[in-house]
Amino acid sequence: MRAYKPKDDVQKKSYYNDRFYIKPTLARGSVYDDSVFSADYLSLKNQVEILDSYIELDHLVIYINHQDNVKAIKHLKEIRAYDFMMELTAVDYLASKGGFEVIYEMLSTSKRKRLRVKTFLKEGQAIESVYPVFKMADWSEREMYDMYGVVSNNHPYMKRILMPDDWVGHPLRKSYPLQGDEAASWYEVDKIFGKEARDIVGPELRDSACVDRYDTNRFARLGHEVNKGVPISEGNEPDTPIRYQEEGGVQLFGKKLVTPFDEIEKTTLKERK
Amino acid sequence: MAQHKVNYLAEGGTPVKLTTVDKIVNFGRSNSLWPMTYGLACCAIEMMAAGGSRFDFDRFGTIFRASPRQSDVIVVAGTLTKKHAEFMRRLYDQMPDPKWVISMGSCANTGGMFNTYATVQGVDRVVPVDIYLPGCAPRPETLQYALMMLQRKIRREPAGMAQRAKRLI
Repeated sequence: MRAYKPKDDVQKKSYYNDRFYIKPTLARGSVYDDSVFSADYLSLKNQVEILDSYIELDHLVIYINHQDNVKAIKHLKEIRAYDFMMELTAVDYLASKGGFEVIYEMLSTSKRKRLRVKTFLKEGQAIESVYPVFKMADWSEREMYDMYGVVSNNHPYMKRILMPDDWVGHPLRKSYPLQGDEAASWYEVDKIFGKEARDIVGPELRDSACVDRYDTNRFARLGHEVNKGVPISEGNEPDTPIRYQEEGGVQLFGKKLVTPFDEIEKTTLKERK
Repeated sequence: MAQHKVNYLAEGGTPVKLTTVDKIVNFGRSNSLWPMTYGLACCAIEMMAAGGSRFDFDRFGTIFRASPRQSDVIVVAGTLTKKHAEFMRRLYDQMPDPKWVISMGSCANTGGMFNTYATVQGVDRVVPVDIYLPGCAPRPETLQYALMMLQRKIRREPAGMAQRAKRLI
């Protein structure tokens, strides 16, 4: 694999600006609007430092320092009965804040309440694994590492989960191009045939907007099919009649044992016309 | 004593039929194409339907085999991810010669709508493809047509052609 060269924020470029665009926001209520949530909040406040908190769409949202994550989640699970961790993921804020927001979504099945714990990590920092508290965190933290490169300390098996082990880069980062960087575009060729085969296989055809009626690498017009890569142009489009079986079945015996293929094609066309 | 019905006096008086080795070998090969039981995505559902009783692949002598060692054809039915490409190539390498590849559906042909980092942009980057089958997903009839086109291809070329080592890629 070639060395990974960091790219600019390729997904940041916007192609269209709505002049009257209003950024959608959600109404945020105070923690004390809900008696259950306020009790949770006050209980957690005695344990860890809370940076921010509000109620958004019936979720209690709590910001904490990333060092406190295991302590806070253990408290919420064991004391406050948030017994189910639904989701654990990260959000890429590398461009604006230089780090990741790690999010824990929790559900209390007894209280029927949902809660979200958020914390912020600088790039390169690792977070403590919540695997001892919730076994669910095993795969989620591996996915978080795979997709964002956020490492969890003391995780039992910190390894990529979706991408191959020798993949370069973390695909869900905003800086990762959607169609892959150079290492990604040659991945299968390098792996199977070796780098020498790059010249034989050739680069990927990635321009999905390119529709050319004479492009025989990706498209073939019905009735004008040719072998892949054969150059055709206007006025030079061989007809390929659609036929469903050899004429008169498959000839194994007979006077004429080998019928030239072109001859069959000609008679078929004539009969059809 | 049973009377056998062979008329020895017809066709010059010999109980002999003449054909070529190529024809008889290709006749056997093209009418017993055994594909591998191997599916990747939604195209595999259509492939299964083609193998079922309604569309009935068996009448072409096409019976799905559970092992690459017993297969002649690999139908790449679905999206091939870059992670899986290595294993698909390994399965192809495990098939005995002569062997053929049908690339089924847009994803296998060109990557289709998955113009992303994780998808192989056409399985012909990994294995040599004989028949490209368009559609998303192609109907079972289309797969049958592709198989018949492959049969035609086999019947047209000399029997030794398939024995020749194919190009690497």
